[in-house]
Amino acid sequence: MHRGFLQFVARRAAAAALLVVLVSSAALILARLAPGDRLTGFDVDPAVAAAECERIRCQDPLWQQYATWLGRAARFDLGMSSRYGRPVGQLVEERAGNSVILGVCALVAATAVGIPAGILTGSRRSVVARVTRTASIILLSIPPLLASLTLLLIASRTGWFPVGGIAIDGATLLEQARHLALPVAALALPMAATLERLQSRAMAEALSERCIIAASARGVTSARLVWRHALKLSLKPVLAIYGIVIGALFSGSFAVEYIMAWPGLGALMYEALVARDAYLVAGCAAAGALALAVGILISDIALGAVDPRSTEPA
Amino acid sequence: MTARSARAGAVLFGGIVLAAIAAPVLIANPPEQQFPGYVQAPPMRPHLRDDNGRWQRPFVYPLRLVDRLERRFVEDRSRRVTLRWFAGGRLLSADPAEGPWLPLGGDALGRDVYSRLLLGSRLSLGVALLATAGALALGALVGAIAGFAGGRLETLLMALADFVIVLPVIYVVVALRAAMPLVLSTGIIFWATAAILALAGWPFAARGVRAIVAVENKKEYAESARAVGATPWQILHRHLLPAARGFLVAQGILLVPAFVLAEATLSLVGLGFSEPDSSWGGMLREAGRGRAFAEAPWLLAPAAAIAVTLMALQMLGSGLGDDGSRRVPNLRQL
Repeated sequence: MHRGFLQFVARRAAAAALLVVLVSSAALILARLAPGDRLTGFDVDPAVAAAECERIRCQDPLWQQYATWLGRAARFDLGMSSRYGRPVGQLVEERAGNSVILGVCALVAATAVGIPAGILTGSRRSVVARVTRTASIILLSIPPLLASLTLLLIASRTGWFPVGGIAIDGATLLEQARHLALPVAALALPMAATLERLQSRAMAEALSERCIIAASARGVTSARLVWRHALKLSLKPVLAIYGIVIGALFSGSFAVEYIMAWPGLGALMYEALVARDAYLVAGCAAAGALALAVGILISDIALGAVDPRSTEPA
Repeated sequence: MTARSARAGAVLFGGIVLAAIAAPVLIANPPEQQFPGYVQAPPMRPHLRDDNGRWQRPFVYPLRLVDRLERRFVEDRSRRVTLRWFAGGRLLSADPAEGPWLPLGGDALGRDVYSRLLLGSRLSLGVALLATAGALALGALVGAIAGFAGGRLETLLMALADFVIVLPVIYVVVALRAAMPLVLSTGIIFWATAAILALAGWPFAARGVRAIVAVENKKEYAESARAVGATPWQILHRHLLPAARGFLVAQGILLVPAFVLAEATLSLVGLGFSEPDSSWGGMLREAGRGRAFAEAPWLLAPAAAIAVTLMALQMLGSGLGDDGSRRVPNLRQL
């Protein structure tokens, strides 16, 4: 690793840390300012309100409340959830695991299906390629929200898969996988289609590069041309998009978790927002931002490894 | 190939918008009317020929509930409900005295899914189009200021845009909406939702407009306008922003589907339009109650409507020409 690359990673890591602090702070302040919480709601028992006020020190000015929270959060103490009466850290840890499993499985599945399919459609003109292309254009109009509804409909009509929810603790691996299949498919299918379209275009562009034409003139076989030479060229624009793909994964998983009753971070964040549970909102936002930042960091490093030019300061 | 599919997309989307505008004429029943015998009744197919094979005016057979537990309906062949053209200001509807006609079946309260779907398109598409206009206007304003002013202001504004772009849109929208009072009137929800979506969507337009304005501002025509004493606002308004028009149209076509989907998600989780108003997301929320759609798949009609709308806009967007905006596929909608 040369020095410039390490500097690039350090710069990116600092930006990631800033993202986590900014997002969780913004979420806390937003949730704290929301009307109808446990202090001001119209049906709140005065005794409960007083205890709650004592707990979050509502007498202090807002900036001081924020400073107190930030100081404790820096020591990984995210406070207590008013809705669940449990430490936020514990709650977030339980739920974040489920979300990460869902997201990573979907990302891997989408990549494993989308990229090879894109190489196929970008390099060949066969019936299979045309069918694949049509399928992915249709799938692009079925985002996770619609995909999860459709898959649930199919599951409840056929009984092939459990209708939503997560496997109970201690279930066999097969049972867990059966519960995971539908949410992952709902999240991965539209994403695979996006990756297929991207890879297909990048592949077609790479194949029309002069160096590929020159290689073909030298007598390199077409399979080698596609899978070695052009693939290397085409990966760059695809990897460059993975940072955005990870953000899209987050957006999509919100609807999937809600519809499929998957107990993940998105569902917890929604409950916390509606319950005006400010500490829990901030904790969820911090965990989500952390996952997002790590994902973007990994994709940046991968891109930097393939294309060193991208590591130079803009 | 792309030009043809873009034209097809334009026609399809135009048709959807026209249907939304003409909804009060196209519906078959009042959207709030409940038909007690038709709770989760299946779609009623209009017939043109009777049992003897003779051509008739369009008619339907009324439905009879034969199994309350399984919610099984059969057509009552002994009686006919004739459909009337242009009666009571509706294109095609049944005489209320003879019985209802539910072209896409009934929902959990025995209301007409078809009529609610058509009227729902007005709220869903209306919010998305209004929010798109807002996001483009805000983005153009911020981008123009950044590109024109340059320096620190430009760095600051673009850092802000990058920050918002990184965040998952749905979470921004849900968090902003949840920070407002949860129960609001329909009118306020309409404007508030549009404003929230615009706030989440402006950075995409701002980045592009900044780049265009910064490039155009260095060209001779902007220089000569400055030389004859045009004010910065005049230069922006008359010369620089028109250069970004094509880009803004392309951005708009990418934003509308993202916003249609965002409204559906908001209403689905109960933070958007709520009963008795009908919107596509709100109808999906009702369909999801107790997984009612498993027994009555026609309750998912709004999902199909959303998919068709997204497909139309995607086809429309595919014909925008290869000006760089096409290189990045539309990830916002995911």
